[in-house]
Amino acid sequence: MKFKEKAKILSSQDIKRILHRLTHQILEKNPNPYELVIVGIQTRGVYLAKRIKEIIRKVEDVELPLGILDITLYRDDLTMIGEVPLVKETKISFDLSDKVVILIDDVLFTGRTVRCALDEIMDFGRPKRIELLVLIDRGHRELPIRADFVGKNIPTSKKELVEVRLTEIDGVDEVVILEKEEDG
Amino acid sequence: MVNWQKKHILGIKDLTRQEIEVVFNLAASFKELSQREVKKAPALRGKTVINLFFESSTRTRTSFELAAKRLSADVLNFSSSTSSLSKGETIVDTIKNLESYHPDILVIRIGYSNSLYSLSQYTSASIVNAGDGANEHPTQALLDMFTVKEIKGTLEGLSVLIVGDIKHSRVARSNIFGFQKFSSSLRVCGPPTLIPYEFHKLGVDISYNLDECLPQADVIIFLRIQQERQTSSFFPSIREYVNNFSLTPERIKRTKKDCLIMHPGPVNWDIEISSQLKERIHPLILKQVENGLAVRMATLYLVGTQKGEYENTD
Repeated sequence: MKFKEKAKILSSQDIKRILHRLTHQILEKNPNPYELVIVGIQTRGVYLAKRIKEIIRKVEDVELPLGILDITLYRDDLTMIGEVPLVKETKISFDLSDKVVILIDDVLFTGRTVRCALDEIMDFGRPKRIELLVLIDRGHRELPIRADFVGKNIPTSKKELVEVRLTEIDGVDEVVILEKEEDG
Repeated sequence: MVNWQKKHILGIKDLTRQEIEVVFNLAASFKELSQREVKKAPALRGKTVINLFFESSTRTRTSFELAAKRLSADVLNFSSSTSSLSKGETIVDTIKNLESYHPDILVIRIGYSNSLYSLSQYTSASIVNAGDGANEHPTQALLDMFTVKEIKGTLEGLSVLIVGDIKHSRVARSNIFGFQKFSSSLRVCGPPTLIPYEFHKLGVDISYNLDECLPQADVIIFLRIQQERQTSSFFPSIREYVNNFSLTPERIKRTKKDCLIMHPGPVNWDIEISSQLKERIHPLILKQVENGLAVRMATLYLVGTQKGEYENTD
């Protein structure tokens, strides 16, 4: 299936501003940064998490623990998709009890990834609270899940694809909407 | 997505180098899972794994059992000594009976070499070979190679020496097929009676003199002298075997400083390896056991989540 770029939603400058705003919203809601921990969902959620950790370090002078979560083993469609998905690194090397977990992903879509992440975090410990931060909320939820901090809401059709590109792996910071290319 | 099409894992011979690398990547992720507070993920939830051991085994069976449980599968252990096989039921009937439970994966150990492909006709489950006669023991070779790769960083161009009872060893054959796929050179060493001449055809070097082989090796795998398999004597006495082929404090001095000394276990201390070397050698052997769990989780995950059909490559 081929996709073509339909529109650019966010530029590098936009992403930077949004991450700063989201960080301040986190701190506004959670005045005690010492009970915060950050967990990024593989792959791009991890890079966003690193950036937010860095902003918090600058603003509050606190070094927050950062965890990495790969949700593959918790997928509900693992034996239905026909192909075997790669399992990437998961690393949460700190205690989650009584912590507020800021769970970070790039795009919130069906909510199934977040469901997996919640189950997996529970297997690591019992946090006080989990709050969800996403850069893009594109709608079409299939589960009763919502984000606490949203960078930008983008209404999309199900045929479209939202792609978050980050300098760390894609060489550029931007968010684009892709559309299926019609044959012929 | 990873490139995996195999329904069964019957031998290293059938696997491509890319497929072996897929197992290694997964195994590395699964090692992390075993270090968590809750050492379990729901990847194979609702799947049934039957450990079907027609030959006795403790290590491989417990390793597969734990691997399946860590992935949330339901596990049934079947061993021939406590089953109807002792009442005269045939192996095929046993598999047909178990098929009524609709298992998803059968982990089979069996005394007959190369028998698993024919047994796969009687079940719709995936089969993972846990040792078939003197043919193959794929997960042992995968864990050996994974362990070497973890420490050496690569499997490329190593000099691998396998010492002991080559004739009866499925571990030797699987390791030969495996390491050769990464362009490592293989040498087998042991008493002439325990090295069939046909091993030449596998492209391995044959030596009957351990002292001569030690200085070149990057990896040495000592095999267990399987007294239960040797119906006739292949060497005059254990003492003579020890004199010629046991790793002693004297002999270890002749090996490279970073040479990895491995053993599939259980070690007969003072036969294959001198007990004076226990403190030095045992940690790596225990690491093999740890990696074995991760590698077996990877194999169960791969055959448990794929939907491809098995193609016989022979």
